[in-house]
Amino acid sequence: MIRILLNRLWQTVIVLFGVTLITFLIMHSAPGHPLQANPELRLDPTAVERWLELQELDGPLPAQYLSWLSRLFRGDFGMSLIYNRPVLELALERLPATLFLTVPAFLLALGLAISCGTWAALRQGGFGDRLLGLGSLAGLSLPSFWLGIILMMLFSYGYPWLPAAGMRTAEDSSVLDILIHLILPLTMLVVGSFSYYFRYVRYAVLAVLSQDFIKIARARGFTELYIVFRYVLPNASLPIVTVAALSLPLLFTGALVAEYVFSWPGIGRWIISSTLARDYPVIMAVNLSTAALVALSNFLADLLYLLIDPRLRFKA
Amino acid sequence: MVRRQGVELYLGISLIIFLTVFAVLSPLFANYDPHQTDAERWLQSPGKEHFFGTDRLGRDIYSRVVYGARVSLAVGILAMLLSITVGTALGALAGYFGGFADQLIMRLTDIVLVYPTMLLALTLVAIFEPAIWLVVLVIGGTGWPAVARLVRGEIMRLKNLEFAAAARMLGASHRRVLLVHLLPNALGQIVVAATVAVPAAIMTEAGLGYFGLGIQPPIPTWGNMLREAQNYIRHAWWYATFPGAAIFLTVFAFHLTGEGLRQRLDPKSQSGRERRAYDH
Repeated sequence: MIRILLNRLWQTVIVLFGVTLITFLIMHSAPGHPLQANPELRLDPTAVERWLELQELDGPLPAQYLSWLSRLFRGDFGMSLIYNRPVLELALERLPATLFLTVPAFLLALGLAISCGTWAALRQGGFGDRLLGLGSLAGLSLPSFWLGIILMMLFSYGYPWLPAAGMRTAEDSSVLDILIHLILPLTMLVVGSFSYYFRYVRYAVLAVLSQDFIKIARARGFTELYIVFRYVLPNASLPIVTVAALSLPLLFTGALVAEYVFSWPGIGRWIISSTLARDYPVIMAVNLSTAALVALSNFLADLLYLLIDPRLRFKA
Repeated sequence: MVRRQGVELYLGISLIIFLTVFAVLSPLFANYDPHQTDAERWLQSPGKEHFFGTDRLGRDIYSRVVYGARVSLAVGILAMLLSITVGTALGALAGYFGGFADQLIMRLTDIVLVYPTMLLALTLVAIFEPAIWLVVLVIGGTGWPAVARLVRGEIMRLKNLEFAAAARMLGASHRRVLLVHLLPNALGQIVVAATVAVPAAIMTEAGLGYFGLGIQPPIPTWGNMLREAQNYIRHAWWYATFPGAAIFLTVFAFHLTGEGLRQRLDPKSQSGRERRAYDH
């Protein structure tokens, strides 16, 4: 078990190293000066100057890479070329708004998916199962930005019930006001991730249902409800926990499109506008930290696997 | 348990054929020139003359959606071919030879996989100038790791079966065993992966277009039409509705086909993507 973990940890370290290298190389293969690329961009000239000077100071490419890496280790992600402020500070400012949107969306989508997925799997091939199956396939096929636009057209303009943009009406508005602003972006996020989790859960539950111990439990006359909670869900939890762990990075950046469409003042919208404006230090930091988060949550998923499933521990 | 064969496959394939005909024969189906502006008839609602209405420059949205199918399908299929080719080649090598080659290829796969596709695509296209070949390259270049993992797993399973050992014993070279004996047996899985890769590519291309970083106007694409439309959604519901519906229908068609194929290939896994194969 320790050996497997060390092996995974080693692989994660390699991946993290690769990610820094690739992110660095992508940025440095960018042609030209960020200001020359598009003069209309709202970049701060002094910030750009300082950024270029910093590169000059570091000298040749490998030296630049190493000094960038050492700055990263000290928690210095550079300064935004638009705001002329530290990238980390800008990200942390926006984090609460993003979490306020993504955490409820994640919990809602996963909760719905686990209940609907289990329900559908128990009625495999039935009408409800087929309907949910087709519906989730359709949900996966919906372009999220289009879904957002349609929701906005229906509920903000067609029937002006819900606000189309932002997080609050005034600076000092109530919690209720924020919750009302939350409905549309939340719906948009939940539709997509529910469809994805639903298919996953259903598949996981079906795999358990085909096992012999379920037949035996049924033969012993246990109620269906008992079987589901005592046998099916604990056994299906392994893949479900994996997919949940792998979605954790999405809590920070998953709302890219939703935040952009509904002008939600979180990290996602900032990432998009920084990318469009070619704010290189931000782009670099964001790509790097997202990729690193994914790599770490992969590792976390492996850890959870070992914790949940005793068989894996003994096999190792 | 009795299971009926789903209609997904037939529905999906019919839709794909239908859309392909539209894309290939766009000039026949479009009743207007997609670039023809009309200063008198901008933002007209759908009617007999303009089935889907007109856009802010008076261009016929229906005709633009029809021509947009060309770009979407072309990008989707080209990107799919790229990711399938690279993914199959690398996955087969890693699975067949194992050892150091496997380690090297799989770590590379891991590194690309941890980047969120949309973010990486946005970044690459923002840094370099957006162009059709770059969009294809970026989408294909981020799509291959999933294929590589799948093919690697299949090849690893197949190479331990008797027929592969028999072929080796009869004196077949590694290349022959891999190309003639193993890969054809993995073809089913590769085809399923291909039907998943096309809609993913179409979605990413549309997303890039929506953010203004995809294929640039005046070439009509569903993504850049949606981008133009978002400033008019208050007054012209048709402007954003139809291009988006086209994306949805196309992506849905490929998902249906993939699902139908999967049901037929592997009756046990009626649903769900391939399980994340993290056990190497």
